[in-house]
Amino acid sequence: MIDRHFDEELKDLKSDLLKIAAMTEEAIHRSIEALNARDKEAALGVISDDEKIDQLELKIDEQVVDLLARRQPIAADLRFLLTAMKINTQLERIADLAVNIAQRVVLELADLPLIKLQGDIPRLAGIAQKTVRQAIDAFVNHDETLAKGVILADEEADELRNAIQRELIDEYIVKDPALAPRAVALLLVARHFERICDHATNIAEDVIYMVHAEVVKHRPEALEDFDGEQSS
Amino acid sequence: MEIKIKAEHFNFFYGAEQALKEISIEIRRNEVVGIIGPSGCGKSTFLRCINRMNDIIAGTRAEGTMLMDGTDIYEKGIDVVELRRKVGMVFQKSNPFPKSIFDNIAYGLRINGITDKRTVTEKVEKSLRDAALWEEVKDRLAHSAFDLSGGQQQRLCIARALAVEPEVLLMDEPASALDPTATAKIEELIQELKRDYTIVIVTHNMQQAARVSERTAFFMLGELIEFGDTGTMFTKPAKAITEEYITGRFG
Repeated sequence: MIDRHFDEELKDLKSDLLKIAAMTEEAIHRSIEALNARDKEAALGVISDDEKIDQLELKIDEQVVDLLARRQPIAADLRFLLTAMKINTQLERIADLAVNIAQRVVLELADLPLIKLQGDIPRLAGIAQKTVRQAIDAFVNHDETLAKGVILADEEADELRNAIQRELIDEYIVKDPALAPRAVALLLVARHFERICDHATNIAEDVIYMVHAEVVKHRPEALEDFDGEQSS
Repeated sequence: MEIKIKAEHFNFFYGAEQALKEISIEIRRNEVVGIIGPSGCGKSTFLRCINRMNDIIAGTRAEGTMLMDGTDIYEKGIDVVELRRKVGMVFQKSNPFPKSIFDNIAYGLRINGITDKRTVTEKVEKSLRDAALWEEVKDRLAHSAFDLSGGQQQRLCIARALAVEPEVLLMDEPASALDPTATAKIEELIQELKRDYTIVIVTHNMQQAARVSERTAFFMLGELIEFGDTGTMFTKPAKAITEEYITGRFG
């Protein structure tokens, strides 16, 4: 096999993708910490640091365009670059959602008493963190099975968000409208975590395309075909 | 879709050396098939088998069948001259005759029995138009073909092949000696010509195969490794070895 200079360039790109992934995971983690502690300063830190993620997203986009133009890749190389571009966008959106969560802390939640919530925002937050981590691992390791697991876990996140939403509306907003600002802020937080899970699902779908050249997005029946087989 | 050319368990030998091994492939009417593969893989040999150009090399032998419209072209009694009229060929290095532009085209017509001046003139113009060369040469048909640029000479060779009304065009790296602009013109021409002809093109240029062909055949060491839809082959090849070749990991 020939060592291609192109492979070095792909390695550099992958390294930057792992960097933005790490920064995004860190942003989620810090936003959860700020939420749990109702810490406005910590939340403001998440918001201000988002700019670094944005700049890295732009850099990665440029790298991909440059490689597409100069190398005219095909087959697995082409699929990797297309996936890299999509994952780059997904990670930046996830980081934006972490910012949105932090903004709820700053604007509403830090200054108001806690609502005792039966529903499980911490559990939803945990699912969001886990699915993002697993989606990134699936990308790094070309692991279709792990990617499939991420896609299947999205349903649990949706159900949990729906349950939290029902509780916030029925038990708080309807019964005591004075609690509405806090309840709505928490409703949005739950929505943001659920959207993070959606983006993790998108990353996992893109990984399956990258590895297997099969499009499973919008095609739940196609997921049946991925059952523990890893591509070379 | 109608099959124009069909090789079945086709083997070809240069003396004791087997250059093609059990090639079975179907090429449809009016499609463009690209043939890719590393040097020495047999792709040009295969191309030349389709119009029996290899016959002129001493010591060669073919086994299996090569059907054109259902008839085995290696059967006894096949008129090879007529075969080569029906199956035109364009080579890597353009080879216009040392004649005028007009006579380069008219020559083929005349030796095929078309001598009426008006008919010859009309057919010369048509061939040059079909090869997208007419506008560039119409005012200098009496000039030597060697006055033309490399890309124009190649289009003249294509026009020459078209003049005798072939059904198939074989192209052996037709643009590899040309600059990017001339290459683009040849590739555009191929897209036009496929309306009327079946085209088989051998190319070293992966991107060219991707641009011009509907299906691509990958040859290696005399064998047909993979053959299929060009888009699929270049995004998701079935065989690992195809992937390695087309991504430049070997060859």
